[in-house]
Amino acid sequence: MKYIGHVLAHLRKDLRIEWRSRDSINGMLFFSLLVVVVFSLAFDPTAAVSRQISGGILWVALLFATVTALNQAWTREQNHQVLEAQRMAPAPASALFLGKAIANMLFVLVVEAVLAPVFIVFYNLHVLGNAWLLALILPLGTWALVVNGTFFAVLGLRTRNRELLLPLLLLPISLPALLGMVEATTGVLTAQLDPLEINTWVTQLAGYDLVFTIVCILLFETVLNAE
Amino acid sequence: MSRPSILRTIGWLWFLASLVVLAIGFREAIFLVPTDAAQGDAGRIFYYHVPSSMLSLIFPYINFLASLAYLYWRRRDPLKALTSDALALTAAEVTVVYATICLVTGSIWGRATWGIWWTWDPRLTSMLLLWLLYVSYLMLRRFSSAGQSQTLAAVLSVFAAVDVPIVYMSIRWWRTQHPAPVFGGGPDSGLDPSMMPAFVWNIIAWGMWGIFILGFRFALERRRQLAEQDAALSAIEASLETAQ
Repeated sequence: MKYIGHVLAHLRKDLRIEWRSRDSINGMLFFSLLVVVVFSLAFDPTAAVSRQISGGILWVALLFATVTALNQAWTREQNHQVLEAQRMAPAPASALFLGKAIANMLFVLVVEAVLAPVFIVFYNLHVLGNAWLLALILPLGTWALVVNGTFFAVLGLRTRNRELLLPLLLLPISLPALLGMVEATTGVLTAQLDPLEINTWVTQLAGYDLVFTIVCILLFETVLNAE
Repeated sequence: MSRPSILRTIGWLWFLASLVVLAIGFREAIFLVPTDAAQGDAGRIFYYHVPSSMLSLIFPYINFLASLAYLYWRRRDPLKALTSDALALTAAEVTVVYATICLVTGSIWGRATWGIWWTWDPRLTSMLLLWLLYVSYLMLRRFSSAGQSQTLAAVLSVFAAVDVPIVYMSIRWWRTQHPAPVFGGGPDSGLDPSMMPAFVWNIIAWGMWGIFILGFRFALERRRQLAEQDAALSAIEASLETAQ
């Protein structure tokens, strides 16, 4: 209970800061919009083709946007010596991480909610499969990106080339999850995938989320004190 | 004899023994095994592709265990921690080497039998993923500063090791163009008895060779660490002298 209290305190702080500036949501939103536009110029998609590739494009846009936003996620903490303060505080360090990750997750979900209609209009889509399944796939996939991304952002915080390092570390680890999200999303959009198979991808994604959330929480304190 | 010279002798003997076993494995695979009925001589690459892919799935565990040992000893026993960190780094490098051999031989074999160099089949993709993971591990070691690179790398190794079982299980989870696993893949799996000696000799040979380069690289890394410690120590001594 106390732990949840700590997590909520960190979450509230992050949400309040974001509400005042709205930097990372606006940045991510515009960036992913640009990626979507660039892809639609690059591929010139017709309705049938766009349905096949749109799952991938959506996730690639979100992935790039998430990486650019996460690069800045810990800058404020670093500038204000929050990480040093956390080392001395009796509160569990992983609460700081979990609060940050949930906040980032909410930001990306907001971006997804705004982006989805634009995306459907641009690519002239209408969903052929079970649209409500997307309400499950999108959060699961987002969490997979955000939980590892937040972790690797703090891992790379004190390294050289940290802006470059985050995608270098995050992409290889996230590829299994990315495969799951893209396959499941495309499966729902085209309705060409067996529901059982979509179910397998979603389960796999959920398993991935669970495993890596646990690993991140267990190892956060080690990374915070790495010196 | 002193301890380092005994170790050096063992290293040389091991090196010569693995060369001998490599030669036997080469003779078995290239000259003695009957030619594959469907694939012709191209099938002989099996004896290089499969051992290196199996070994590239084993060395990550050495890396993982050494990284766990590092994280355990980090505060308790720094000297042991340094040794296990050297082992972790070496195992990661050997993993990259074997995964590269596996990918390259697999690509050549694919060209000969499937007619394509590469296909985005889940098993090929997952092997590439393993390669990418350990290259990113080596990248992190290169980019992070000296004081913390061991801890950060050990943490990343835990992440990578969690991914390795996913890579392995992908054989069973996903449909694939790649042949089903030869060992334990179902009732029809298993090797023809005529292929067995060549396969066993080659996997022993490449295992021994892998352990040799592991040990060699480990000794080199230990030497680098000791030189670094000496340099740090003499720097401290020099700073003490100027203070007086």
